[in-house]
Amino acid sequence: MSALDISLTVNGEPVSERVEPRRTLVDFLREDLALTGSHVGCEHGVCGACTVRVNGEIVRGCLMLAVQCDGATVETIEGLSDSGEIADLQLAFEQRNALQCGYCTPGMLAAAQDLLKRAQEIKNVPSRDEIREHLSGNYCRCTGYHAIVDAVEAVARARVVSKP
Amino acid sequence: MKPAPFAYKKARSLEEAIALLGEHKDARLLAGGQSLIATLNMRLSQPSMLIDINGISGLGGTAHKNGKVEIGALVRHVQAERSELIAKHAPLIARAMPHIGHPAIRNRGTLGGSIAFADPAAELPACLLALDGEIDAIGPKGKRTIRAQDFFQGLFETALGPQEILTAIRVPAGTKEARIGFAELARRHGDYAIVGLAASARGDGKKLSDVHLAYFGVGATPVRARKAEAAMANGSVDDAVAALDLEPQDDVQTNSKTKKHLAGVLLRRVATQLMEARS
Amino acid sequence: MKITGDSPPVLSALDRPNSYIGRSVPRPNLQRLTQGRGLYVSDVSLPRMAHVAFVRSPHAHAKIKNISADAARKSPGVIAVVTGPELAKVMTPWVGVLTHLKGLKSAPQSPIAVDVACWQGEAVAAVVARSRAEAEDGCELVEVDYTPLPAVTDPETALDAKTPVIHSSLGDNLCFERKLDVGAVDKAFAEADAVVETTFMFGRHTGVTTEPRALVADWNAGDRRMTVYHGTQAPHMMQDLFAKHLGLASDQVRVITKDVGGSFGIKVHCYADEMATVALSKLLTRPVKFVADRIESFVTDIHARDHRVKAKIGVNKDGTITAFEIDDLTGVGPYSVYPRTSGIEANQVVSLVGGPYACANYRAQARVVFTNKNVMCQYRAVGHPLAVAVTEGLVELAAAKIGMDPLEMRRRNLIADDAYPCTSAAGLKFEKLSHHESLAHLDAMMNYAGLRAEQKNLRDKGIYRGLGFASFIEVTNPSAAFYGVGGARITSQDGATVKLDSQGAIIVHTGVTEQGQGAESVIAQVAATAFGVSIDKVRVVTGDTDNTPYGGGTWASRAAGIGGEAAWQAGKALRDNVLAVAGAMLQAKPEALDIRNGIVVDKANGTERLPLEELARVAYFRPDTLPPGFQAELMATRHYVPRAWPFAFTNGIQASYLEVDTDTGFVKLLKHWCVEDCGTIINPQLVDEQIRGGVVQGIGAALFEQCLYDERGQMLNGNMADYLVPMAAEMPDIDCGHVVSPTADSELGAKGAGEAGTAGAPACIMNAINDALRPLGAQPLTDMPFTPDKILRALGKV
Repeated sequence: MSALDISLTVNGEPVSERVEPRRTLVDFLREDLALTGSHVGCEHGVCGACTVRVNGEIVRGCLMLAVQCDGATVETIEGLSDSGEIADLQLAFEQRNALQCGYCTPGMLAAAQDLLKRAQEIKNVPSRDEIREHLSGNYCRCTGYHAIVDAVEAVARARVVSKP
Repeated sequence: MKPAPFAYKKARSLEEAIALLGEHKDARLLAGGQSLIATLNMRLSQPSMLIDINGISGLGGTAHKNGKVEIGALVRHVQAERSELIAKHAPLIARAMPHIGHPAIRNRGTLGGSIAFADPAAELPACLLALDGEIDAIGPKGKRTIRAQDFFQGLFETALGPQEILTAIRVPAGTKEARIGFAELARRHGDYAIVGLAASARGDGKKLSDVHLAYFGVGATPVRARKAEAAMANGSVDDAVAALDLEPQDDVQTNSKTKKHLAGVLLRRVATQLMEARS
Repeated sequence: MKITGDSPPVLSALDRPNSYIGRSVPRPNLQRLTQGRGLYVSDVSLPRMAHVAFVRSPHAHAKIKNISADAARKSPGVIAVVTGPELAKVMTPWVGVLTHLKGLKSAPQSPIAVDVACWQGEAVAAVVARSRAEAEDGCELVEVDYTPLPAVTDPETALDAKTPVIHSSLGDNLCFERKLDVGAVDKAFAEADAVVETTFMFGRHTGVTTEPRALVADWNAGDRRMTVYHGTQAPHMMQDLFAKHLGLASDQVRVITKDVGGSFGIKVHCYADEMATVALSKLLTRPVKFVADRIESFVTDIHARDHRVKAKIGVNKDGTITAFEIDDLTGVGPYSVYPRTSGIEANQVVSLVGGPYACANYRAQARVVFTNKNVMCQYRAVGHPLAVAVTEGLVELAAAKIGMDPLEMRRRNLIADDAYPCTSAAGLKFEKLSHHESLAHLDAMMNYAGLRAEQKNLRDKGIYRGLGFASFIEVTNPSAAFYGVGGARITSQDGATVKLDSQGAIIVHTGVTEQGQGAESVIAQVAATAFGVSIDKVRVVTGDTDNTPYGGGTWASRAAGIGGEAAWQAGKALRDNVLAVAGAMLQAKPEALDIRNGIVVDKANGTERLPLEELARVAYFRPDTLPPGFQAELMATRHYVPRAWPFAFTNGIQASYLEVDTDTGFVKLLKHWCVEDCGTIINPQLVDEQIRGGVVQGIGAALFEQCLYDERGQMLNGNMADYLVPMAAEMPDIDCGHVVSPTADSELGAKGAGEAGTAGAPACIMNAINDALRPLGAQPLTDMPFTPDKILRALGKV
């Protein structure tokens, strides 16, 4: 069906493209904008590899259409990374080996950052169970999750301590 | 998979959305999209058009008035999850929210969408049934209100007509005697429930009346276990469990005998919740 | 010797200053992955690249009478529609057999089905289009006229006379059969004080790699070269296969593998749809991309573990195990997968049952039969999860029968730590294992006595917790005994080239590959240590058949042990070469010099003599200043293959502590432990993380995962909502401990660690559930996965 023009902001950059309505957000980011950091794992909304931020909230990139993002602000892992917002989380992941193949990692980082931002607002260090629950929608086949929980817990503590 | 091609229109008003539904007989409404887009991705559904109603104003509010809590169709799960109003006045819905999918899903999914989609294993339809809630809809013939007990008609089938749009849900606000209970069993956090129970009652100490037990995951729609409700009102949890007359089907994960047994286990757990006075 | 945590081992033969052996350094190059700047095959985009989607058979078994592609060809964006017979002109079929698995047979398999589709999901036509979405649109318009045929779906009856034979040329549905009879099994059972007999069932699984299988094939008709970007574990093997079946010389094919989103063995096999994609690129002379979506992955990624094992153990009152016996039946797909074959898993089960124990009487029978379900082949820990579950399940059932503590039962039967080298009843040759030391370490680590006390306490309150164990051995560092001897062109050797660049840093090209386990890091650590630079001066190149030594890739936990040894030797060789240059430059004896931290030093006292940067500058740009006739050689290549042992066996022991909700049948995993002996540990954190990831895959096997088929061969749960993979909220924390028994077959002494977690976890979970429910008189559960259904049934509640 006929393509539509959309204008949005992606990682701080204004973007104008013509897309078919059926183009999902994650495919738009990957194929039309060549931002391949967001990954496709299932296209049913279960694995979380496509998790990106739209208007400040994490969403499944495979369950939103690009046309729905007309006028929206989208942040992908590349943007979250370059802005420095998750630098401490990335470092913790690297040091703790909370990633192996790295395919789930962009989505995992977005979901972890979502938890940590809210936790920091209320000066709370989430428990390991709370971390596991928040990340329960992000599939990782490599790590078995233990290292990821360690990394997120460490950053949660550090952030509360450093910004009381 | 990639969806089959479809046209897309962003409706600016309910009238426009209704008109578009009339012009395009196999168009689908797009609200949260968390169920719809997954089915499109798997080509289980191939509508010719999606009518995006996310931009329609007036459907995103929550209000407490006239002893009822009204929640607009486009209220996102996450808003309901964080709403103090819902926590205070519609606690059963608040209890159900963390079980719905995962944070990224809850940021987009809407209460109206969940009710209109009517997945038999979903939490909110059962909550609505347990609370004797109401559904507001608007269509070419105007507005109407449908009782929850009349709304869920079959597997993914509701009382909504082909051109009708759900605009709000409404439940009685909690009162001093109002009791609620909620429990579900899922193999993994956030999965659709194997069996779940949303319950409400009026309580005077441990004595219960007006018991509503709405099971989900046990049939094509959420189901009231009326015989068990009567037994609970008579004071016996054991009798209530024995009186459960659910007829679940086997599904890919769990067979019907297990579901029936689990329904009984959930009843005991929820009974304990119902018998606790609200603090 | 023992280590826990990060303290490096003392390795006298390897003592190198600033050594990275035994250090948990973070993997270099993780930043590209945390920044989302990796390059997975699914990210690759080439000019004029087209996309392929496959029309797949909805029937488990059907004759393909006719395919009509006219409407599809006219669909917007469609470039070509190609059927099996058309593709056969470009690519030859293959047969997955190995001569050392005597009698193994299979029918030829084509990249796209010709005449008959043999499993639900097999490709019957390819649609190539400008985009994946348009290719799928085209697929919907292809009309295939099928005549359904009876489907063989029950392994138990697959060999019955009445059951149709899937491939008439084979005569029956038997793929492979193996029998073993060692010692005096009947006598041992007859004389045993107690015999336990039961049947174990294992659910069919699949890998569910987060990145699905992906491949971009690019035939350059001018170069007459095929470049394949492939998410494979074994690029050289695939180079060989692509060339062979396209009728090209192997050097006409280049396979490039950068980042791979998970493999676990799923991506070490030859897939019909991937071969078809390569053939299509040649046919259409343009790049063609194939990325399996999740739905097609479930019916085409290899499945594994679908076995029924009848098993028996004989035991005496004093706990001595007197005999093991098994009868293993597995239903694979309609073809034995190429080139590693679908006979290996059952072969491993036969070889590995009873492995940790000093029991001389063992009888085994295994039959592998064809069915019309998806193909089956090697998946992480191949056969071990089954063999360990059978063995350890029997051991704990026997212990319960004679009233002996399960750890004590093991102490009385595990091969003594000083009994090596020795050979198991099944013929496995062990160099040196540490079952007893590992068990003692586990006992202490988990505070076994404390947990038993807690268990008893809670049981009195109606809370049912269980403790379960699994001792295991693990095949790693395979020699040619695994595949080469059977005629497969699968190499067991590996190579590393180390070169000094013009600034004094080193680049290591290795034939092993990286899919997240840390192979790149391990190679870097080894090379940095052997050569003498800090790790930030090492770059590792992997996954490119044009740019790495001919190697086997990564599978059977070989990267550290085999790839690492090649890198070690190459690093030492380069050091010798560089010290020869240094000697020439400094007028000193090379043997009196060393390289430490990037500087040439006096070996005796560490006095700094010459930075590598300077040496490189002179060697590359000012060779005129070197002594007459001197030629600097700043690159070295070494290869390594294990020669002394067919496999480097490792060993370990795991424990699970869990709680069963006896009302709901749900299992809550409280904690998991693993003590692993994988020889020299190069990076303890990476070993621990391999174990953790492996354990969770094993937990998936025990509690969640099963590919469900109906009697017509239709997969019922091929999606992420219905096939349950472990997610974070249900998984326990996992404590890891280590014992170190290096292998003498290499200087590094490293064995593999990639699969141990998966090998032992299912057994542990099973044993823990049965331990929890035993006081309630429940029938022991031996049918995985242990769903609430099954647990409630065992408790008599449904």
